Amino acid sequence: MTDESVTGTPLLTMHDIVKTFPGVRALDGVDLEVRQGEVHCLLGQNGAGKSTLIKVLSGAHQPDEGEIRWEGTSVELGAPSTAIDLGIATIYQELDLVDGLTVAENLYLGHELSRGGFLRAGEARRHTREILERLGHGEIRAGTEVGRLSPAGKQIVSMARALSRDARLIVMDEPSAVLDQGEVANLFRVIGDLSRSGVAVIYISHRLEEIKQVGDRVTVLKDGRTVATGLEAKDTPTRELIRLMTGRSIEYVFPDRGERRSEQPVVLDVESLSLAGAFTDLSFQVRAGEIVGLAGLVGAGRSEILETVYGARKSTSGTVRVDGRRLRPGAVHAAVAAGVGLAPEERKSQGLLLDEAVYRNVTVSSLTRFARIGFLSHDAEREAAREITEALDVRPTGVDRAVRTLSGGNQQKVVLARWLLRDCRVLLLDEPTRGVDVGARSEIYSLVRSLADRGVAVVVVSSEVEEVLGLADQVLVVREGAIVHRGPAQDIDEHQVLDLVMAGTTA
Amino acid sequence: MQAQVPQATVQDGGTATGVGSEKRTSPLRTLTHSSAGRNLGLVLALILLCVVGFATAGDRFGSVDNLMTILRLASVIGVVSIGMTFVITGGGIDLSVGAIVALSSVWATTLATQTVAADTHWIVMVSTAVLVGTGCGVVNGFLVAYGRVVPFIATLAMLASARGLAEIIANRRTQIITVRPFVEFFGGSLFGIPALVIIFALVAVAGWVLLNRTTFGRRTFAVGGNPEAARLAGVKVHRHTAMLYALVGFCCGIAAIMLMARTTTGSSTHGMLYELDAIAAVVIGGTLLSGGRGTIGGTVLGVLIFTTLSNVFTLNNLSISAQSVAKGLIIVVAVLMQQRFANRGSVP
Repeated sequence: MTDESVTGTPLLTMHDIVKTFPGVRALDGVDLEVRQGEVHCLLGQNGAGKSTLIKVLSGAHQPDEGEIRWEGTSVELGAPSTAIDLGIATIYQELDLVDGLTVAENLYLGHELSRGGFLRAGEARRHTREILERLGHGEIRAGTEVGRLSPAGKQIVSMARALSRDARLIVMDEPSAVLDQGEVANLFRVIGDLSRSGVAVIYISHRLEEIKQVGDRVTVLKDGRTVATGLEAKDTPTRELIRLMTGRSIEYVFPDRGERRSEQPVVLDVESLSLAGAFTDLSFQVRAGEIVGLAGLVGAGRSEILETVYGARKSTSGTVRVDGRRLRPGAVHAAVAAGVGLAPEERKSQGLLLDEAVYRNVTVSSLTRFARIGFLSHDAEREAAREITEALDVRPTGVDRAVRTLSGGNQQKVVLARWLLRDCRVLLLDEPTRGVDVGARSEIYSLVRSLADRGVAVVVVSSEVEEVLGLADQVLVVREGAIVHRGPAQDIDEHQVLDLVMAGTTA
Repeated sequence: MQAQVPQATVQDGGTATGVGSEKRTSPLRTLTHSSAGRNLGLVLALILLCVVGFATAGDRFGSVDNLMTILRLASVIGVVSIGMTFVITGGGIDLSVGAIVALSSVWATTLATQTVAADTHWIVMVSTAVLVGTGCGVVNGFLVAYGRVVPFIATLAMLASARGLAEIIANRRTQIITVRPFVEFFGGSLFGIPALVIIFALVAVAGWVLLNRTTFGRRTFAVGGNPEAARLAGVKVHRHTAMLYALVGFCCGIAAIMLMARTTTGSSTHGMLYELDAIAAVVIGGTLLSGGRGTIGGTVLGVLIFTTLSNVFTLNNLSISAQSVAKGLIIVVAVLMQQRFANRGSVP
């Protein structure tokens, strides 16, 4: 939106940033360059490293390697306060405002205007009004409690707070996620104003159509690396952006499908399943030995479908049957007892007991098998876990090792081992390769296929269309909580799926 | 294998900074790091206390009588602390233990004094105390697990109302137990070991087995460590949580019986501040207040440390107030050490 500031030193340069956590390389060489007053869009799937990058930029995480330059000088963002002092303000997804304080108090929280220890509340309110007016939101009163504002209002307050600290770069993490259409338009107008006044914005969003509206340039992250940077937001086709976000840096080997399985019995039968606010009247069947893939955008209701089938969410209507028997809605243990297993999307927070030993994670769903009148045999547990983790090639070996110390791919194998041990009939996989290092993915794929070959009915949800198409026998395309296409995976290609998925959301 | 490539890089990163941290990882540190090592630290603290006891009070501290006194005093709060270990490991907390002990003792003695007086069989008293304790625990459990009341608030409410109910029932009077067999059995001793101490030992062993060797214990760790993951793995988290509070209540019932035997009374003032003593013992024993990690051995040592401390202070004619200050310091030091261990093991 600004042409005059294109020349000269960039405001921010991040070069070759690396950040590792035990077991996973979250950032693996990220480059980012933001110019004065531009709106720079950061794109990438979940797990691509966007959040980690923001945290590095806001001083919450320290990078292991790489260099950050601010107006040409190398800086070290050792703490959030350092970043704020430089003029980098971050507006997080969960807005970090204090609901019980007023708008003005929130704006000056942490850098209160005072004289001799006494607050200068009047002055704070006056400044607050000025900033809000500059943002075009004079109607928000400085004395209002923040808790009483709408999500959009809170967002404006967050932005005002950034400006009250003389921010020169504002990072916005999915700001439009909580807003309705009118509010989004207003947000874009404010971003435009900010940009014209020389404030740079890093804008993060899943919604590709927004990027064309608001962005100047685009950087795409994938698997912790920058795969494209400095793309013109207006001129880059949406399809190209999707390809960059989902495209494989390596070709994966997907296992052979084997012969058709239409003669196999139906194991999982979902009929007219509905969950208020997520999806309605959803029906599909999975046969023994069949892999059904669900493709769709984040927010299309894919995870909700799996979690409802599993009973982790209570369906509003409809039935789920396993081997003909109806599952009680909203009862996970009933689903587990019937032979259903879920490898959840957020493996660390939903799937694993991170500090516990591998064998304990593997046996947690089949404890009664290793117990006689409630007394566990640790040896039997370890032996069974050892057998199964060796079969799945979990590395490093050793069932007494804490799961936390394993890499993402091996942690996923531990989750799969848990359900394998239970001899489950239905396996629900939510983003099975999220956070799994590229090398280990093929292993997970062949593992899933071999489970299917043993007669397990598998449902896979993935943001990566290629993964769904490569792995599944049948594909269901989900958009806005409804199935818009179903058919054999061989009969549809990535572009067709993307068209179906995006239809109505892009021009 | 392809899968090893990223791991190798992680290890590289580790060894790059590892040289510095390697030096700091002395054998002592690795020892204090393991759970056995943490218990060893507690044993050392206990030994240190005993040394201080001998040095300052000599034989008055070292006599068999005094040791039995320490153990007898430790028994009641010890049983409560074993129960508390389960709740805290399971991710909760119970502030109402002292009040439940009081209510159980009053209810049981009321039955013994009012209905058929001395004819009351001691079994009736014992089962009343246990039932009342467990009942209160079940109420706590239902409120927390199914009513979604924060444990702190639910058990705080129980603290207030159970003690109030005890005062109403006892009419604020101390009820003296006249049932001789009860006092003789629980107040007596076996092979020179007081019955109370034997009960504590039995409860501790049962608690250890339950926590470490049964499905119930394993699920406790899972529910406390990551309730969402436990739920998605098929553990009935609500039911389990309710059972944990019932278990504490049960322990409080037993503790009430022991306290009744020791004091030969039932009173609404029994068990004052037991919640603080029990939580303190559990926490210095190495159980994480945030749940997911807990040891019975540590709790037993924690109880012994506090009781020995009181004993040493009393023998030296130091005031209760000085004891409280020392207790507070021990808690702070223990928790600070615990946090250091926790931070070292966690991922940012």
